[in-house]
Amino acid sequence: MAEPLLSVRDLIVEFPTRRGTLRALDKVSFDIQEGEVLGMVGESGAGKSITGAAIIGLIEPPGRIAGGEIWLRGQRIDNLSPEAMRRIRGKRIGMVFQDPLTSLNPLYTVAQQLIETIRTHMDISEKAARARAVALLDRVGIPAAARRIDDYPHHFSGGMRQRVVIALALCAEPELVLADEPTTALDVSVQAQIIDVLKEICAERGAAVMLITHDMGVIAETADRVAVLYAGRLAEIGPVREVITAAEHPYTQGLMGSIPTLTQTSDRLVQIPGSMPRLNAIPQGCAFNPRCPKVFDRCRVDRPEAIDRGGRRRVACWLYDGVKQEAGNV
Amino acid sequence: MSDVLLKVEGLTRYFDVSKPWLNRVIEREDKQFLTATADVNFEIKRGETFALVGESGSGKSTIAKMIVGLLEPSEGKITFDGQEMNFASGAAMRTLRRRFQMIFQDPFASLNPRWHVGDIIAEPIRTFGLAKGRDVMREVGRLLDTVGLSAADAAKFPHEFSGGQRQRIAIARALSSKPEFIVCDEPTSALDVSVQAQILNLMRDLQDEFGLTYLLISHDLSVVRHMSNRIGVLYLGRLVEVAEGKRLFTNPKHPYSRMLLDAVPDLALSGRRRQQVEGEIPNPINPPPGCTFHPRCPHAFERCKREIPQPVAADGSLTACFAVEEGRI
Repeated sequence: MAEPLLSVRDLIVEFPTRRGTLRALDKVSFDIQEGEVLGMVGESGAGKSITGAAIIGLIEPPGRIAGGEIWLRGQRIDNLSPEAMRRIRGKRIGMVFQDPLTSLNPLYTVAQQLIETIRTHMDISEKAARARAVALLDRVGIPAAARRIDDYPHHFSGGMRQRVVIALALCAEPELVLADEPTTALDVSVQAQIIDVLKEICAERGAAVMLITHDMGVIAETADRVAVLYAGRLAEIGPVREVITAAEHPYTQGLMGSIPTLTQTSDRLVQIPGSMPRLNAIPQGCAFNPRCPKVFDRCRVDRPEAIDRGGRRRVACWLYDGVKQEAGNV
Repeated sequence: MSDVLLKVEGLTRYFDVSKPWLNRVIEREDKQFLTATADVNFEIKRGETFALVGESGSGKSTIAKMIVGLLEPSEGKITFDGQEMNFASGAAMRTLRRRFQMIFQDPFASLNPRWHVGDIIAEPIRTFGLAKGRDVMREVGRLLDTVGLSAADAAKFPHEFSGGQRQRIAIARALSSKPEFIVCDEPTSALDVSVQAQILNLMRDLQDEFGLTYLLISHDLSVVRHMSNRIGVLYLGRLVEVAEGKRLFTNPKHPYSRMLLDAVPDLALSGRRRQQVEGEIPNPINPPPGCTFHPRCPHAFERCKREIPQPVAADGSLTACFAVEEGRI
């Protein structure tokens, strides 16, 4: 297989506190191929956003990357100087955040913000940058872009603002777009539009997307592969269709069963007892073991490694230890 | 005893969003009103779950607040168990208010952080004089047990609990006055999916156990689909369609309901190509004339721009749409 666009190896992120060090991410590994959409799901506190922040070097101190490596197309980026990282952010990795109101500066027009970003990363004239900005706004579906570009962010509705943010993320032709809950602040009917725009444009420009969300429905319709995080650890990763229809990790299975769908008719939802442990009280062994319906002795002692299940699928669960060889014999 | 527990007729609420008097004089502007809900009619039968869905700004929460008496309607009336709500009389409202309760969206904001959980749950019991002395705490313990917590939790503070547990406390408080009717305003929107499933299951169990009637307010169509018998779809303060749950999801009538259902990302992986949704909800201060949905509607024609459609019964659902009424779609 070709060299991945982004490769995250055994990433550990820690937050030192007075009462000991909290491990927000614990040995998370995954790859993103060129042009691929990787979904990242998990409940609040599972470490989704921290993963994104670590990749773009924006972890708030005192939090820090305590171990592991991040490679962007063969270049190691987790240990770069802030100055070097700043040149990658925006240029090679574009970002779309949850709340479009906070990611746009209310005191500058959309034109000023787009042109500034374009000229920071590309060596072109003001005029050319403006033309490029208008073309981008037009592409993300803002009507009368040439006129509206001189409006301030508050002139736009929520959905339109998020389109502006997408244009901003894409203006320097990044190789990877990191979208952290891009549609959570939006209404359903608008959400669908934004997902379509994001997906189409990234496909058109060959940019890979890391889509962080808690909404499995959005992942199902958008992503090629999905990574499921639980308590800062990777529980399962694999192609979307397989993970959704035939989840292997008991946590993923519970998660899928607990989502009400539009087509189901059953009376009760599957429920996982309890809730995710706090970071200062992660149990020994598998982090999921106190809630797991299939727990056995080994889960309470040893932490499961990600077990390769073939077809780019990995599951961190002892249930599958040694199963693959058997499957291979059949 | 009639079958209908709650009846809402012509419910309308305006909010005055004018600038201050002096600004109006200087800038020569008129008073401005925001119509949060306009002419809403529906009935909720005893023991059923009726849901209101809609996007932000559609008036869901305004309706909930009027029903529990936190907001007074500008026009229209609300009848609870055959008795019209009289917002002017405190005493009349008080006797009625014991019989309905509310569960709010954010369990971090709806519980007083300085009160013990036991006191939070005991407050309605004491206020309505439902128990005295030691019986109050015995009742609190029983309620905590009912919602899946333990009686010992009464001595703790809300911050010691997770989001899902807090929502259980809020449910225990709602149950404490022995209500018949509970208004649930986005009860699971602040929770993670696995916890949401626990709360939704609990709400169902309690409904079976105590014969509760729910008004469920949510923007999440899959939650609504899972929980409710009948569903009302709101758009810009107007009820555009009321239908049985199953019917709404298999055969939505109103163009807005169709659009909304089409827009929901689903786990089914059907690979269906969504019909592109047009536009966003307009500003409720200056809503479009006629049917408020007409600027986004693929079936709009002249009449929709002039007249406001009234709900018409067709195929077991009530739909406020001229295109449906005239059989064009």
